[in-house]
Amino acid sequence: MLVKVGMADLKTAKAPANLMTAGLGSCIGICLFDPVAKIGGLAHIMLPLSTQARSSDNKAKFADTAIPVLVDDMIKLGASKSRIVAKIAGGAQMFAFPGTSDVMRIGDRNAESVVNGLKKMNIPLLARETGGNFGRTIELNTTTGMLHIRTVDRGEKVV
Amino acid sequence: MNFLSLTPMQMDALREVGNVGAGNAATALSEMVGRAIDMNVPALGIVPFCEVSEHMGGAETLVAGVYICVTGEAPASMLFVLPLDSACGLVDMLMGRPIGTTVTIGEMEESALKEIGNILTGTYLRALSMFTQITFEQSVPALAIDMAEAINSVVLAMVADVGDHALLLETEFKGAAQNIKGSLFLIPQEGTLEKILASLGLA
Repeated sequence: MLVKVGMADLKTAKAPANLMTAGLGSCIGICLFDPVAKIGGLAHIMLPLSTQARSSDNKAKFADTAIPVLVDDMIKLGASKSRIVAKIAGGAQMFAFPGTSDVMRIGDRNAESVVNGLKKMNIPLLARETGGNFGRTIELNTTTGMLHIRTVDRGEKVV
Repeated sequence: MNFLSLTPMQMDALREVGNVGAGNAATALSEMVGRAIDMNVPALGIVPFCEVSEHMGGAETLVAGVYICVTGEAPASMLFVLPLDSACGLVDMLMGRPIGTTVTIGEMEESALKEIGNILTGTYLRALSMFTQITFEQSVPALAIDMAEAINSVVLAMVADVGDHALLLETEFKGAAQNIKGSLFLIPQEGTLEKILASLGLA
């Protein structure tokens, strides 16, 4: 079974159900995994910080608020906080402009904020596939913890 | 403004403004490629982020996207999205080559697509400006060829600090015999909708 996670959304799943999200551009897919309980969590965040937003009701939309919610949801499902590890992908800069503005650097800022958020919660970051100028579709295997990354013309990768 | 609270009258007005803008854009495109280009009546929708790429053929559909940033008193994003085969066909039409000649997008094809996006957006915004007396300034066009969701995420991120919905004003263009289609999206940023509606006397 495949659990699909949309933009600005987060979900958890227990093996053998895998988690996937399609077409990450400047967004980041945060994949958390407890290898013993075989429980995974995936958040598809759009923005780095909820504190800079007019409306922060949707916790899944921001790097800083999505991580704690995802961890809580995994714990509710039977995961242990101390075992949770992370892999992240996305954060591309899809459009190149001369004199790139801050808005266009959104992918980089998302990646920074995700890394900081994981550090704050002492979650080890095992793999980071961020940046570039191409989209990624990702699938987290909740049995093995491997993250499969697909792109349009840069092949596939498993981390 | 919460998009979800737009009245039917405001929606109609926005659709009508979009209709004129798109009509002019279709004429411009038709003149560029020397063939008839049809357009449908613009669809106005308030769409949750997770469903936006459904309007572009699905999250993983391979598309060409020309993005133009609109600045000034009423900032917005304009995105011209077309399936890759349509993009190739449009380039052929623009360059006066038999349809099917272009199979990959190189540097020259990129420039052609950017220019098409540029002219469509410019024509569209001029019509909008005529109605509203608002001055719009457009950035140079940027192009990406990738999954639809990856492309629109950049644009949606700009309106994501306010809510989880985007207002899409979508016009589909079709080359009559050539089976070519593309959609032009106007995605207003926070405050822009109020300005446009106020200028139409509908705030």
